[in-house]
Amino acid sequence: MAVIAIVDYEMGNLHSVCKGLEKAGAIPKITDYSKDLERADAVVLPGVGAFDPAMRNLRNRGLEGPIKSVIASGKPFLGICLGLQILFESSEEGIERGLGIIPGKVKRFQPEAGITIPHMGWNQLEITQQKSTLWEHLPSRPWVYFVHSFYVDPIDPKISAANITHGNQTVTAAIAKDNLMAVQFHPEKSSNIGLQILSNFVSQVREKVMV
Amino acid sequence: MLAKRILPCLDVRAGRVVKGVNFVDLKDAGDPVELAKVYNEAGADELVFLDITASHENRDTIIDVVYRTAEQVFIPLTVGGGIQTLENVKNLLRAGADKVSINSAAVRNPDLIDRASERFGNQCIVVAIDARRRTNSEHPGWDVYVKGGRENTGLDALEWAKEVEKRGAGELLVTSMDADGTQAGYDLELTRAISDAVQIPVVASGGAGNCQHIHAALTDGKAEAALLASLLHYGQLSVAEIKTYLQKHKVPVRITD
Repeated sequence: MAVIAIVDYEMGNLHSVCKGLEKAGAIPKITDYSKDLERADAVVLPGVGAFDPAMRNLRNRGLEGPIKSVIASGKPFLGICLGLQILFESSEEGIERGLGIIPGKVKRFQPEAGITIPHMGWNQLEITQQKSTLWEHLPSRPWVYFVHSFYVDPIDPKISAANITHGNQTVTAAIAKDNLMAVQFHPEKSSNIGLQILSNFVSQVREKVMV
Repeated sequence: MLAKRILPCLDVRAGRVVKGVNFVDLKDAGDPVELAKVYNEAGADELVFLDITASHENRDTIIDVVYRTAEQVFIPLTVGGGIQTLENVKNLLRAGADKVSINSAAVRNPDLIDRASERFGNQCIVVAIDARRRTNSEHPGWDVYVKGGRENTGLDALEWAKEVEKRGAGELLVTSMDADGTQAGYDLELTRAISDAVQIPVVASGGAGNCQHIHAALTDGKAEAALLASLLHYGQLSVAEIKTYLQKHKVPVRITD
């Protein structure tokens, strides 16, 4: 079975992510040890909270380099929520530099009449990369759970794998490029749809392990 | 488009659901985990556990309930009741709660909201506001109550809502003490006034008796979500019935298969 390292940098609850991956047929391993990231078949970077503490915690644990090498090595990688945002260069939420793996910035939702910020609750994905393995076996406009006030704005629009619309603002809800995948919503909190997305990720990891 | 949410709320005491839940074909209606599963399957958008255990020694029980629920039920879980310290918040979040709802402690010690949201993020800090309409006609509005509605804090509900938003609350759970238990409808003026005063989502609670009431709270009342207890637990309405009604009346809801 595929071993998936879940990066623990004290940014939120890892229990649900762990159980979700287990349910998807993987062996999750919560860790902040860089060797574990090297050894694992795949890496998941979860996270809730604020941008700056997340980057500081990652750097204090010496995990910035290891995460970059894992992604460069071609190993399947899944970022969740803040774990998507910190892949970018910078955020309007803070002053720290992000990991800078994906060119672009993290921006704040603009207030408008009739919408709440944070964007909190269930919204429907508009899939932009039909062929991404993340979206296999899903209905056409799947409902997933979001909690965030900031969203990613990649310079290269082709990297976007799905969008969502909040009020009049359509923003990136997921990105995918080769081994690198990341989602703004919480698959571990998105009921059966979310578990399917985690399963899709795990299947991809398994295929890689078999080769 | 963001869906309006339906949130079943379960009262938990010493690890068991109290106030009874009346579902047929459920082996143990007192087990919060079993009920959480049922509500997940029924299409509930989030779950709320209200820990009505007063005593300190039972804190670990609710943590265990949260832990076991999060293992098996993959929708957001909010836990409220008796949360007083950052340590309480941390333990619940680590056990698998996505949000914690703070009530009396927020009034007593508003800094708790700042510190908890700084440390764990605004998204997980819900402030519960129990409000009752003032009888003074020269000074209309609502007062904030604590201790299960026994104590008037003298705070104005709208001012308090704005203050807790500024301090870092990510959501407000607004209960009308006048409407609670009546099944005669929500206090729409209250939820609307608070929703207009803040940018964060407001969850309406207290007074729902039928689908029309819920519809009114989510439209006229401007609430993002409706919290429901006995109406669902005793099977007067199901989550599916409510959502079908809302969908028919053009309210965006998440419909599951």
